[in-house]
Amino acid sequence: MLAKRIIPCMDVDKGRVVKGHKFRNIRDVADPVELAKRYNEEGADELVFYDITASHENRPIFLDIVEKTAAEIDIPFTVGGGIRSIRDIHQILRAGADKVSINSAAVQNPALISESAIKFGSQCIVLSIDAKQTGPQKWHVFIKGGREDTSLDAIEWAKQGEHLGAGEIVVNAIDTDGDKNGYHLELTKAIAGNVNVPVVASGGAGSDSHIAEVLTKADADAALAASVFHYNKIQIPELKDYLNQNGITVRR
Amino acid sequence: MIAIIDYGAGNIKSLQFALTKIGLDAQLTTDPDIIRQSTGMILPGVGAFRDAMNTLTEFDLPEVLRQETSKGKPLLGICLGMQLLYDKSYEDGESDGLELLRGEVSRIDHSVKVPHMGWNTLTHHNEDSLLNNIADNAYVYFVHSYAVSSYIPDDLISSTQYAGTVPAIVRKDNLMGMQFHPEKSGAVGIQLLQNFGAMLS
Repeated sequence: MLAKRIIPCMDVDKGRVVKGHKFRNIRDVADPVELAKRYNEEGADELVFYDITASHENRPIFLDIVEKTAAEIDIPFTVGGGIRSIRDIHQILRAGADKVSINSAAVQNPALISESAIKFGSQCIVLSIDAKQTGPQKWHVFIKGGREDTSLDAIEWAKQGEHLGAGEIVVNAIDTDGDKNGYHLELTKAIAGNVNVPVVASGGAGSDSHIAEVLTKADADAALAASVFHYNKIQIPELKDYLNQNGITVRR
Repeated sequence: MIAIIDYGAGNIKSLQFALTKIGLDAQLTTDPDIIRQSTGMILPGVGAFRDAMNTLTEFDLPEVLRQETSKGKPLLGICLGMQLLYDKSYEDGESDGLELLRGEVSRIDHSVKVPHMGWNTLTHHNEDSLLNNIADNAYVYFVHSYAVSSYIPDDLISSTQYAGTVPAIVRKDNLMGMQFHPEKSGAVGIQLLQNFGAMLS
């Protein structure tokens, strides 16, 4: 049976893993390659690297980290942040990443999703959506690190993303991100119920039960989290034992 | 030396890293001479079936692969690379494959999420040296939207369940396929690559 996935996410800035809160107050955490190795050994199912600087001059450092990580781990990993062109995607995949995650650039240029899905296959094109609640059962897509409201409806955008060829959708809830009070179940469920590709929940994990909840009540296929893993607030082996005890299929 | 057929499809560096880790010398290549000198060949692949066949044809590789495998040299197809070993695929119309294994490739049923993405379990059907030290129910990492839909039952070594039985490991003599990514499947995947490596002389 297909297992639910646990995905640690690392925000990388100038060669270091960092952590912010609601996209602000960035703090240094660890060396990305070392942290990736640790998660690989602990039983993470996938990893995500986000290049949060994504400035042109820092790109070579980031690509070097991607390649060094690919040499050390034997689980899939996704790379996001600053991906704007087919060339960017090609570079990232050739450096050893398995999937690329596209966010703002897809909103500005939806053809990037369709063209890259044709060229590289849907399985490696992930549409990442930063969504914020704007009314009851209503969420808008935000871009530029959550600073700009596009007024696009998040559910409609997820459906369009699937139609364009994205093979997976990451739902990052700005409202719950960084608060450690649980994922945005309503938003995650609304999107998972409207697409036929895997959905990854992101933003708000604070405990094992939050993760169990989003995988069952909100129908997410995978749960992504950052600081709870970086600071050992959630240990992956214990988390998987807990999920297994609660009847959730996980790889152990 | 293992020749990894490098026809421009996605992430193949991870495969080379995994082989290096277990002491197998591997080279990314499209050069027929290097492929002829190899002790074994791996056909990786992500992307679309037709594009992949077209690119292989541009490099005259279908013929080289047929010649080399007819001499008994092991060939392992991974993901799309496994699908390419078959007669034909219905991805975007209908395209002929390498026709090394009998069977066809079709889209995964729409009753489930497509792509089939993530860790799923293996159920073994036939004894095989590829399965040495691989437990029944071991998890491996899949990511694909198409799957081998008709095949010769004797060729099926191991399968997984996703809207029905999905061939996961197939083998006919020196021709082998893995629908999942052994290079992305943790310790289980490394063991599978080691089992493949053990066949090479």
